[in-house]
Amino acid sequence: MPDSTRPLADIQPGLAGTVSVPPTAPEGGDVHVTASGWKLALREFLDNRLAVVGFAVIVFFVLFCFVGPLVYHTNQSLTNPLITDLHPGGAHPLGTDENGFDELGRIMKGGQTALEIGFFSAFIATVVGTLYGAISGLAGGIVDGIMMRILDVFLSIPLLFIVLVLATKYHSTVLDESAIIGAYTWLIPARLVRGEVLTLRVRDFVSAARVMGSGRGRLVYRHLIPNALSVVIVNITFQVADAIIILAFLGFLGFGLQYPATSWGDMLGNAQQYVSSGYWWLVYPVGGCLVAVVLAANLIGDALRDALDVRIRRR
Amino acid sequence: MIGYVLRRLAVAVIVVIGIAIFTFLLLHWLQPSPVYAVLGPKAQPAAVAVWNRQHGYDRSELAQMISYLGKLAHLNFGYSYKLDQSVGALFNENAGRSAYLTGAALVLSLIVAMPLGIWQAVKRNSVGDYAATTLNFVLYSMPSFFLGLILIQIFALDLNIFPPTVSDSITTAGQAFTHPLQLTLPILTLAGINIASFSRYMRSSALDNLAQDYIRLARAKGLSERAVLFRHLLRNACLPMITLTGLSIPTLLAGNLLIEVLFNFPGLGLLFYNALGNSDYNILLAYTVLGGVLTVLGNLAADVAVTVADPRVRLA
Repeated sequence: MPDSTRPLADIQPGLAGTVSVPPTAPEGGDVHVTASGWKLALREFLDNRLAVVGFAVIVFFVLFCFVGPLVYHTNQSLTNPLITDLHPGGAHPLGTDENGFDELGRIMKGGQTALEIGFFSAFIATVVGTLYGAISGLAGGIVDGIMMRILDVFLSIPLLFIVLVLATKYHSTVLDESAIIGAYTWLIPARLVRGEVLTLRVRDFVSAARVMGSGRGRLVYRHLIPNALSVVIVNITFQVADAIIILAFLGFLGFGLQYPATSWGDMLGNAQQYVSSGYWWLVYPVGGCLVAVVLAANLIGDALRDALDVRIRRR
Repeated sequence: MIGYVLRRLAVAVIVVIGIAIFTFLLLHWLQPSPVYAVLGPKAQPAAVAVWNRQHGYDRSELAQMISYLGKLAHLNFGYSYKLDQSVGALFNENAGRSAYLTGAALVLSLIVAMPLGIWQAVKRNSVGDYAATTLNFVLYSMPSFFLGLILIQIFALDLNIFPPTVSDSITTAGQAFTHPLQLTLPILTLAGINIASFSRYMRSSALDNLAQDYIRLARAKGLSERAVLFRHLLRNACLPMITLTGLSIPTLLAGNLLIEVLFNFPGLGLLFYNALGNSDYNILLAYTVLGGVLTVLGNLAADVAVTVADPRVRLA
């Protein structure tokens, strides 16, 4: 096997000693060890400033929601009728809501559940969808045909309807909401992974690996999974964004978490009654947080797609 | 072509039957009979049993499902016990209004998104392009009802131009034409979310086409930029929009539901939403099946329309 780290002078001995070849810029382009695909993808991702901003926004909100309450102590369990609907200022930087809860503390608490539901439902959808798609794609033949027709049926139902029907019974805990949103969203990774597995199976590098004597296990673990993984990873970020939006729909339509638990979706869903009464601090701060997180997740998703898709990668 | 459409329709019928079976089983699993919604949650067991027997809810699930599918084949969607009307009559009453709201929003979003996308592609990486892309991204990341709330705040409460909810006096789709102010905000809201996703696709489609040889040829033979854009680019760049519009039906139905609830606009979405609260499940079942039919037809129509519009696409 040729060693690509060897200096150029060794390959062309005639040149050694007489002409000094600058090791950094040899003729015909770089010959240093090529970084792994994941490292290149990371570099590409970090070059995308919007994506880095998106990532920072997510990190900020995770810290804000989970570490924030340790610093900024508020009462989020007992209502206080004496201080309802206070304007922002003084002891309550973002005012109070109709139960006398401090709004800033409430946003932290609602953010915890919103992020948990976003990530957990994305996890459910990804695991179920990837397994379904991979089994369907690898099995092929009649099994694939039947599994895809079932998927067609699900994809043809406007699934928000199904989520709402499920939500009439299951919506009071983080687990319930994650599960019903995951039931809405697993179809997309299923279809993506199945398509990816089908195209990967007939690609040259897989045939080459097979010719070189790779076993079935090695093919699946070293070639199919790492290549299909990029599609899944990109999809996860969009899943998180979609889940948080659906969570807002559920909150708006009255299928929120069991009181006194709350999520950004529920808080924004209640906003309708506050707009007309002029309590802007109960509408726009939480709405801004929700849009910021969804936007950040979408930006990361776009950047990951650019970074992991070798066909449109700049390097 | 006709053979292809017939084959697709046959598959569509199977998919629709699958949708009906799945939805039926799901609703029955959640709640075996609508009896408690009709007689009240504290109904006597004897009365419950009598009601179930009268309305056929004491039969086995399979028997109920077969009789439901049989009725569905005759376009009989069952009866809403809560509203005391047949579901078919309720749909007839509300469908026109929903179709007007959704259709107007769809047309408006296409009219705005197509020129916007082309303009962004032509002026790519300019300040205007960045501003439009940013706005699109924010709208795209926003729950539709939140956009509606912002529009209500600005145009109804602050500027007092449009009413914040649709007045109860709008009862037919025709009155929506005679009272355009009433429906402006719902249509704008629904269109705003669509414009965000449509113009993103339009921009990238126009960018792809601008790099093609036929555009270079059109410029090389001395056509004015206007002729290049409108006569050559526009048609080709709009091709993906046909597919996108066909595929956007589930999104439109979901958006329609949220906007109708937000503006209290009496259409199919609001009917469905109220049925959720009342466990009025013939309505839930019928609207879900109807949504499935529309989705399947939308996909089919998009595929056929693309072949008509683009001679390079051949039906397999």
